[in-house]
Amino acid sequence: MLRRTLLATAALGLGLMTTGGALAAGMDKVKACFVYVGPIGDGGWTYQHHQGALAVQEAYGDKVELQWQESVPEGADAERVLTQMALGGCNIIFTTSFGYMDQTNAVAAKFPDVKFEHATGFKRDSANVSTYNARFYEGRAVQGTIAGMMTKSNKIGYIGSFPIPEVMNGINAYYLAAKKVNPNVELSVVWAFTWFDPAKEADSAKALIDQGVDVIAAHTDSTAPLAEAAKTPGVIGFGQASDMEAYKPSPRVSSIIDNWAPYYVKRVGELLDGTYAQSDTWAGIADGEVLIGDITEAVPAEVKAAAEKVRDDIAAGTLHPFTGPINKQDGSPWLAEGATAPDGDLLGMGFYVEGITAEIPK
Amino acid sequence: MDIGGINLVVLVASLMVAAVPILLAALGELVVEKAGVLNLGVEGMMIMGAICGFITAVGTGSPLLGFLGGALGGMVLSLVFAFLTQVLLANQVATGLALTLFGLGLSSLMGQNYNGIKPPLTGAVPFGPLRDIPVLGRIVFSHDWVVYFSVAMVVLLWWVLKATRLGLIIRAVGESHEAAHALGYKVNRIRLGAIAFGGAMAGMGGAYVSLVRVPQWVDGITAGAGWIALAIVVFASWKPWRALIGAYLFGGISVLQLNLQAAGSAIPVEYLSMSPYLITILVLVIMSSGRGRAALNAPAALGQNFHAAR
Repeated sequence: MLRRTLLATAALGLGLMTTGGALAAGMDKVKACFVYVGPIGDGGWTYQHHQGALAVQEAYGDKVELQWQESVPEGADAERVLTQMALGGCNIIFTTSFGYMDQTNAVAAKFPDVKFEHATGFKRDSANVSTYNARFYEGRAVQGTIAGMMTKSNKIGYIGSFPIPEVMNGINAYYLAAKKVNPNVELSVVWAFTWFDPAKEADSAKALIDQGVDVIAAHTDSTAPLAEAAKTPGVIGFGQASDMEAYKPSPRVSSIIDNWAPYYVKRVGELLDGTYAQSDTWAGIADGEVLIGDITEAVPAEVKAAAEKVRDDIAAGTLHPFTGPINKQDGSPWLAEGATAPDGDLLGMGFYVEGITAEIPK
Repeated sequence: MDIGGINLVVLVASLMVAAVPILLAALGELVVEKAGVLNLGVEGMMIMGAICGFITAVGTGSPLLGFLGGALGGMVLSLVFAFLTQVLLANQVATGLALTLFGLGLSSLMGQNYNGIKPPLTGAVPFGPLRDIPVLGRIVFSHDWVVYFSVAMVVLLWWVLKATRLGLIIRAVGESHEAAHALGYKVNRIRLGAIAFGGAMAGMGGAYVSLVRVPQWVDGITAGAGWIALAIVVFASWKPWRALIGAYLFGGISVLQLNLQAAGSAIPVEYLSMSPYLITILVLVIMSSGRGRAALNAPAALGQNFHAAR
């Protein structure tokens, strides 16, 4: 970049920072920016976020300008990307992975007039940082029900990304739901320590299959675990984050679909009409943010009915995936008979429930 | 045959598959280095093979053509290296590193529209009843053709390098290009051939990742396999058989650590994940410090450019 254009950009950024306050009461045009952890073509997590971004454009047309950057590594690089976006005139920036948490808050502190929205995080250090999340664990309870009833080897598997609360929720909900319909079920967990590395995700799925697992749930972002499961007859899995319908009817027998579009449309709309305020959103099946993808014909009718009942009960609020009595892995009590898990416990979950034999990596 | 909840037969069968990409790339690089050229661009050639193979396989619907396309892609990129180092006499180390960066970027550009597509499947070779032999059937007769191809290449390269005139010429060029030149061999042309072969092998290894192991295309899909292949060549002290052992060791440990997790073992996976690299470092230390025979096995003219002054 020439020095002149660099200076011009910096001057523009400064100008935005000083005039930003006057814009707080509604805007004519919003530049909405998105930071993605993987490529849009991952067919999963990032793909769904991008669908949400496109829905914003659809809803507001010319009033919204979109910008996005794919495959931004979690860590120092993210801070650079965020700063560039803020300087480049973005009014609202959605950072769509847990690992951007510290960078989002650090950059937000420097640009008080730019709104930051961080997905799946819990830190809101400055007034311009909001967080949003989806109750993926509700979908895991539906998958666990299918897994528990469908497994023939009584071994079900879960590919974890990182041992963070969001993933721990999912593992525990999946296991508890499976255990409820099949007391003999055993859960194997493999940690891939990545959100997006198809080779590693495929190897993890293969390792699980080698160990006799015949139902695989993945908490990583690509379709690789399903592609691996497709190689072995009798092994089923689930679409994660996106419907992954290319793998229907088997191995993909159902899916959790992250439906970010309503939230993105709402937040950008609030910025346009001036009602935007800092918030912390955690919506689930009932709000339509977590959708359960079509349960295919590879699943027997009674299993499908049971899974749909779980889904509908959760939506109606009559069933909570974490309802006591539940003990922690070490046998100490967590939830008493009939008690449901408080959100605080779920957001900070760092333990397995009783019955899971694996160990959480340190 | 269970150890710690892990079925050994299944483990061996999967490590053979996991080792194919690094084995193919390592064999190619082994020949290149035997000819006295150090090409550090293996990673770049692998990923070019991965995307070219993927595009060919998706376009034609034939996995076999995909592998040929992958080999071609790796070879074309390696010819860039060959031109720079053999014609323009550029520094081999710097050129090789640049080749990796170039390959990663170019493959990402070429793969823009290929995210999330399923390539045609490469099936196992139909051995019929042989597959049902206990133990042996699962280990030996349950793979796709590339697994057998990689092992066959080990045998072929061992034989060519050890027992044929061609192998002798390649080795002569790698040991002393002056002497080979004095005998009338076209040093740079022979090296060019070796580089192209290395590129094709790395390209096939890359294609195996995107067509069989994952199977889909994403940016940076080879994820450092090329560097492991380079380490294996040194680990193998430039011998094809040891390259096979090295590749299976590296492949085996990566499979083993995931299997141990799946089986719920208490061994911390971090130790297993780092062990291949630890072994490589150890081997390098032993080789470079000792005056053992292994230390003498490195091609004497490795990494040196040749210019025919007379």
